[in-house]
Amino acid sequence: MAEPTIDVRYVANLARISLSEDEITLFGSQLEGVMNHIEKLSEVDVQGIEPTSHASDLSGGNRARQDVPHQSLPAELFLQNTPDQSNGMLRVPKVVDA
Amino acid sequence: MSLAASSLSSLRRQLTSGKITARDIVEDVIAQVTTRDGQIGAFLTHNPESALAAAEKADLSLPLGGLPIGIKDNINVLGDPCTCGSKFLKDAYTAPYDATVISQLKNAGAIPFGRLNLDEFAMGSSTENSAFQATQNPAAPGHIPGGSSGGSAAAVAGNLIPASLGSDTGGSIRQPASHCGVVGLKPSYGRVSRYGLVAFGSSLDQIGPLTRTVEDSALLLNALAGHDPRDSTSLNHPVPNYCEGLDEGVTGMKLGLPKEYFTDGISPQVRERVESAAKKLESQGAEIVEISLPHTEYAVATYYIIAPAEASSNLSRFDGVRYGNRSEAPEDMLALYKDSRRAGFGSEVKRRIILGTYVLSSGYYDAYYLRAQKVRTLIRQDFQKAFETVDAILTPVAPEPAPKMASATDDPLKHFLADIFTISANLVGNCGISVPLEPADGLPIGLQILGPHLGEKSILRCARAVEAG
Repeated sequence: MAEPTIDVRYVANLARISLSEDEITLFGSQLEGVMNHIEKLSEVDVQGIEPTSHASDLSGGNRARQDVPHQSLPAELFLQNTPDQSNGMLRVPKVVDA
Repeated sequence: MSLAASSLSSLRRQLTSGKITARDIVEDVIAQVTTRDGQIGAFLTHNPESALAAAEKADLSLPLGGLPIGIKDNINVLGDPCTCGSKFLKDAYTAPYDATVISQLKNAGAIPFGRLNLDEFAMGSSTENSAFQATQNPAAPGHIPGGSSGGSAAAVAGNLIPASLGSDTGGSIRQPASHCGVVGLKPSYGRVSRYGLVAFGSSLDQIGPLTRTVEDSALLLNALAGHDPRDSTSLNHPVPNYCEGLDEGVTGMKLGLPKEYFTDGISPQVRERVESAAKKLESQGAEIVEISLPHTEYAVATYYIIAPAEASSNLSRFDGVRYGNRSEAPEDMLALYKDSRRAGFGSEVKRRIILGTYVLSSGYYDAYYLRAQKVRTLIRQDFQKAFETVDAILTPVAPEPAPKMASATDDPLKHFLADIFTISANLVGNCGISVPLEPADGLPIGLQILGPHLGEKSILRCARAVEAG
């Protein structure tokens, strides 16, 4: 198994969360303990074992419905929760340079 | 006894015989919440006018006609806030639709009532991780109600409302039910639609009822169970009448006690209560056998890879773009994401997102996530094998009764290890119920009865036998 020390600053960037220096230190030491426990799994012989990604074998994984168009909820209803909108669209800071 | 303190089935009888009206019940619930929830802190908000309006229109011919049901604040109810106990969604989100379980409750005549407190995004087991308030354990003041559905359990235990809905990703219905002395059912994965439940761990989450009686649990499951085209993991499997056969008793049932669950880690009181419950069931005609679930010691590690991994993915939707908290005047998109999430999420949520992102990140995926999924298969095989010989499994719910409030340590691993008895049912998709036993030193203790996938009828029947004593 891999070296369990988490580079919290690097992972926080992947997760798109800003953390304070205190949080980086605290989470680093707390997650160290958690990862030490998780190392237990390296004792288990998983040779030839199929992974389970789904909690139920009976449900048989995802079940697609017929692809038939139907009425969705109106856009205004969803836009009522947006922090910033314009002309029926979500407004965000500029993403690409002109 | 106040109406809010009654069982659903007793209210139902009084309603249909014309002794009371739906308005009487809702008025009493509002009165109880107004006068007493200040001490308990189960509800975050409630809307008396809309509940009274629904009571006026209640159709008593329906199975849950006129009965108010409290709703955990991570389940969408059209027009209500849904904060998930997080600053991220506070005053910034109104549900634009009903979760399928809410439509089902309404179709059965029930009245969804109020928003019940929880650990932020259902991450925690004390309801102290809510961004807004800590909920008291009404059965044991000064102690935690458990979590994450602590508000749902406390509202029922505190006689504020007859029943409520919670959600269970690793024990979040069963553990607070055990700590508060109420009945809490986690249905089998796929039995109840997850559409409109704010996702935490999509392969683990299930919605279920918290009630005063086993019969009420069955009554609510009748309304909640069933296939939903909006949840591709929901099962298209016939729904039996869960109220039928409840009183058939346990004669001829074979019940397993897993030897790995009765270790030094559990308190003597919990062990004594669970073992004497097993003896009682034996005297009622059940056969009790020792079984083995050999991969039990790996369940916590497996769960704390898979659940945070799924959470880190699910919670990426809280990015400040479409709803919820957005940072002030962000200079670019990256700053918008990072600062909105920094300010919106509490510590436990951030910690789990970091853990989940890490185990999924490049170079670690195979070592952690893939390996955990393989161990999950072994845990599932343990249960499959066990259920070849037994009808249900008896275990503690939590290693000890409800701890005192604010006694939490800084070590998240300690909290994670306390989930050992409940998380396996989520990993393997089985059903489980917590039913109250005799309290010890005034603190409620629950018995967990685990059933095979879609084995709800067996565990309800067994739970009813425990309840009847």
